[in-house]
Amino acid sequence: MSELAIEREIDRTKMQVSDEVAIEITGMNKWYGAFHVLRDINLTVNQGERIVIAGPSGSGKSTLIRCLNALEEHQQGRIEVDGTVLSNDLKNIDKIRSEVGMVFQHFNLFPHLTILENCTLAPIWVRKTPRREAEERAMHFLEKVKIPEQADKYPGQLSGGQQQRVAIARSLCMMPRIMLFDEPTSALDPEMIKEVLDTMIELAEEGMTMLCVTHEMGFARQVANRVIFMDAGQIVEQNEPEEFFNNPQSERTKLFLSQILGH
Amino acid sequence: MSDVSFVRTEMLQEQTPPASEVGIIGWVRHNLFSGWFNSILTLISLYAIYYVLSGIVPWIFQSVWNANSLTECREIMMATWGSTHGHACWAVINDRWLQMLFGFYPDHLYWRPILALVLLLIALAPILYSERVPSKLLYLTAAYPFLMPFLMWGGTIWGPISAALGFVIGWGVYTVLSKQLSGLLGLVLGVLATVIWWLVLSGYVVGAMDSILPIGIEAVQSRQFGGFMLAILLGVVAIGVSLPIGIVLALGRQSDLLIVKYLCVGFIEFIRGVPLITLLFVASLLLNLFLPPGTNFDIILRVMIMMTLFSAAYMAEVIRGGLAALPRGQYEGADSLGLNYWQAQRLIIMPQALKISIPGIVSTFIGIFKDTTLVSIIGLFDVIGLSSAIRADTAWNGIYWELFAFIGALFFVVCFSMSRYSMYLERKLQTGHR
Ligand SMILES: Nc1ncnc2c1ncn2[C@@H]1O[C@H](COP(=O)(O)OP(=O)(O)OP(=O)(O)O)[C@@H](O)[C@H]1O
Ligand SMILES: [Mg+2]
Repeated sequence: MSELAIEREIDRTKMQVSDEVAIEITGMNKWYGAFHVLRDINLTVNQGERIVIAGPSGSGKSTLIRCLNALEEHQQGRIEVDGTVLSNDLKNIDKIRSEVGMVFQHFNLFPHLTILENCTLAPIWVRKTPRREAEERAMHFLEKVKIPEQADKYPGQLSGGQQQRVAIARSLCMMPRIMLFDEPTSALDPEMIKEVLDTMIELAEEGMTMLCVTHEMGFARQVANRVIFMDAGQIVEQNEPEEFFNNPQSERTKLFLSQILGH
Repeated sequence: MSDVSFVRTEMLQEQTPPASEVGIIGWVRHNLFSGWFNSILTLISLYAIYYVLSGIVPWIFQSVWNANSLTECREIMMATWGSTHGHACWAVINDRWLQMLFGFYPDHLYWRPILALVLLLIALAPILYSERVPSKLLYLTAAYPFLMPFLMWGGTIWGPISAALGFVIGWGVYTVLSKQLSGLLGLVLGVLATVIWWLVLSGYVVGAMDSILPIGIEAVQSRQFGGFMLAILLGVVAIGVSLPIGIVLALGRQSDLLIVKYLCVGFIEFIRGVPLITLLFVASLLLNLFLPPGTNFDIILRVMIMMTLFSAAYMAEVIRGGLAALPRGQYEGADSLGLNYWQAQRLIIMPQALKISIPGIVSTFIGIFKDTTLVSIIGLFDVIGLSSAIRADTAWNGIYWELFAFIGALFFVVCFSMSRYSMYLERKLQTGHR
């Protein structure tokens, strides 16, 4: 949980938050059996926002962002993503999933397919993109994450950092309007963390709406426009990064920050 | 010839440096005599191998190939080696091998099962060696299930065409209804339409078409089928059909739909809990009680259905093992990209689950192929049944070993090929560690 220094200058020209609402969560509750994981979550995310979600282990961060593309089902409340309300209707769910990219802690690449096939699979089958076009787009995004030369290898032949960048490219190939990241760097060694964070910063610079669960406080400080602190299934506090780190309001936030930043 | 000793001294000079560590001597020392205990085991094993081979090799090779009866065989043995002990009488195979391969199939029609077998190998090629064979061959693969029964049983050409039409009708009903109603209802009604067509309507249509335009080849009755051909026929059908059914059952067992789930669990557990031989007796005797009198439900078809269901239940469990071995992240990865259930299954889950299950799947294949010999108990003349029939003939009364050695060799060739293919496939699908 170090504070990783991000060396390069961040270009903020395109990082603009619009008035358009990307995600709206109202009064959302979720239980695992009798266990109340998420309690009365209210959150509005505008197009172009870069949100970092932080909090102690088991506080429900993963569960929250997994509810946004229906990987987990919520029992109460309303979630609207990009104008579509999440309901039990499978058509809605598939639509939202194809609009929202997700990057996992353990990459979840498909080991039986090459890197290129990993990237073209969903565009071809879900979006019905012609194969040639899908491959061109995949190569474009693989170049963007700086590994076009690995296109014909299998995931098992790549390093962790490379795999995570492929996972990001794979999501981008679906041209999502929103990207969700669930601890994308916690399974990686320090050098690899940097290459993945660089990719994420580039995405932010292009104006992508991002929700990111991470312990990389350097990233939160410099890239996020809002930091959300969760504890015990609740949103305890949210603020701009400067305020959040320098002037935390609740005791729990202070405790968490002192632990994670080590002062 | 006397130059041999000269050549040997040359080689010795070249071999001296590594001496006992490399080469054959080194290998032998490391692997066979690396300690007194290993040395003793090696000697015992060598003696056992020698003992077995010294019995079998002369039996196989000092044998009689031409004779018309066992008695004649023994006379030749007495005349040649002075004893009948330790010599095989292959004359029985020489005399009856066609019958052991084809049963009572009419001999002027042997070309039909042979052609069916050749076509089978060609039709399998695009599946087994997908990247080395033109994919156009898949059309033959698709046509084969209809072509094969036509070749084997003969009769009117309208039979297989009408059977194929059943699929077309089912598909048509499914595509129309799944758009207008729900996908599941469309599927159920599509299957129902196919079954109704096969069981009720197609009989009349085939009869009518046959009287208008009688095209066909000579018909062969099921009771004329037999020999190793029958094993291959039953094995191929059971293997080919049980794999897809097994996949569906394995998926059904994991389904969230409770009715589907418990139907699948019930089916799998019932079939696995019952010996195959009972199912075969049900096929041969009991089914007649339930079917309306006068229905002509072919015995081989009944046996095929039972063997297929039996092997499908095992297949389902093997594949379920493969599914369970997949990390949850694979499902989530597929879901998060917006793939629907069937796409995720077909493109992501099944290719990996099947790959993991290859050894188990092939074991099930081999098992069901060998279990085809059980049909001899319900009176079909497969190779085992025929070997009894051959012994019942006074000429060959009392001959056992040669017949069973031959049958064993036939099965071994097929089963060993399957096993080797599965190893090739596992190597081919290896895509680096995860
Ligand atoms: N499938 C499940 N069934 C029951 N309880 C679960 C399940 N998944 C998570 N939980 C519980 O829900 C709580 C929230 O889990 P979640 O994974 O969202 O935490 P998190 O904030 O992401 O933690 P971490 O930082 O360790 O990833 C935890 O207490 C966890 O034990
Ligand atoms: Mg988590």
